[in-house]
Amino acid sequence: MTKRDVALQLLRRGWVLTLGALAGLVIVYTRVAFFTPIESTQGPAQKIFYVHVSSAWASLGAFAVTGILSLLYLWRRDRKLDTVAEASAEVGLMFGVIMLTTGPIWGKVVWGTWWDWDAKLTSTLFLFLLFIGYTVLRGAVADLDTRARFSAVIGVLSLVLVPFIFLSVHMFRTLHPKPPVLRAGGPSMPAAMLITLLFSVFVFSVLYVGFVTLRYALAVLKELRAEEAAHGIS
Amino acid sequence: MSSSLWGTAFAVAAKDLKIEWRTKTAFASSLVFAVLVLAIFYFSRDSTVVSELDIAPAAIWVTFTFAAMLGLNRAFLLEQENRAIDGLLLSPVPRTGIFVGKILGNLAFVAVVELVSLPLFSLFFNVPILHVLPSLLGVAAMATIAFVTVGTLLSAMVVRTRFAELMLPILLLPFLVPPIIGAVQITAGILAGRPMSEFAGWLKLLGAFDIAFVTACLLLFEATVEE
Repeated sequence: MTKRDVALQLLRRGWVLTLGALAGLVIVYTRVAFFTPIESTQGPAQKIFYVHVSSAWASLGAFAVTGILSLLYLWRRDRKLDTVAEASAEVGLMFGVIMLTTGPIWGKVVWGTWWDWDAKLTSTLFLFLLFIGYTVLRGAVADLDTRARFSAVIGVLSLVLVPFIFLSVHMFRTLHPKPPVLRAGGPSMPAAMLITLLFSVFVFSVLYVGFVTLRYALAVLKELRAEEAAHGIS
Repeated sequence: MSSSLWGTAFAVAAKDLKIEWRTKTAFASSLVFAVLVLAIFYFSRDSTVVSELDIAPAAIWVTFTFAAMLGLNRAFLLEQENRAIDGLLLSPVPRTGIFVGKILGNLAFVAVVELVSLPLFSLFFNVPILHVLPSLLGVAAMATIAFVTVGTLLSAMVVRTRFAELMLPILLLPFLVPPIIGAVQITAGILAGRPMSEFAGWLKLLGAFDIAFVTACLLLFEATVEE
């Protein structure tokens, strides 16, 4: 199988995963709309939680994957790692946009304010901006190996930075609820809510894998085309 | 030329500072910039509501970091001219030494900008600083080490990209969040005359940030220059 065949196969698998996840999203929305109880103090507004938490999970998970792959790239120097890191960062930014738009909409109803300089908000905002910087930097370096090295350095540095940002802003002050799922004494929500949330997190994770697979396959195909163009074959 | 790490570092730092001493362009522009920012900050508040002391810690730290950022690219920009960086990298000295030298040069540069703008700050904002000078300088040193180290590493990369002047602030500012929040909190406490024990947590954060990032940057520098 040539490199192109592998990429095309990945592209097909990416589509299967993405379409499967989108179908799962329909189930999530149906469950959220009709099969979850209305939270007693927050009312229907709380239902945005199922999208907000899952997109935050996918986005922060994506950035973590980029950071870890950056570290691995500096160790193994395999360009595939860099290409996946790039795909993960871009997909993470997309989920980040969902997280940063659903959050304020929810906050406006529950906290009474669109934005608050709370620890989690501020940390994720800066992380989001950092990864925008990461993608901008990628666009500003032409040589592929240099680009991979430079962005890996930023990726590793961001791994070191995250705990510090969180700690410093947390010491400033915080409003966000304590984690209601992963905590001592078991989750503090009804089963219907918990199942919907976990399913939503699962669907968003599959969507993430689907998008990254698609983006990776596209990057490989793009590189192949550039190589062909360089060799004068159309 | 000595090929030890510190020998290399001091040689590189001395070379950079000598170039700066002879031209003084970066220093002069950073200093003028600092004075301008301080002045603008003074007028950016309603003087009947916000007292000078309330805005002073923010003013001094925004001024320090922005003024420093103007000068940080210079260290590696110098080496881009006539591809001097190749000569530096080909010389038989430890590369970490070159990086430490660049950090030392930048630290000296930023320290001088800070030392000159500190009295001006005291003058403009009518904040007495003489009685708290040692603790103020200590905090300034800790925060400055933090952002100069990260800034020097990033500048080693961005000078070889398009839009270097724009790229450094975009990449560097997220890294400034923890040290600057810490430095502003501690400075506010110091200027208000509160005891150091009150902000022990922030001091620990600054210290930990310094250790973590100096180590990380020393380890990562190799990856930014290899060809």
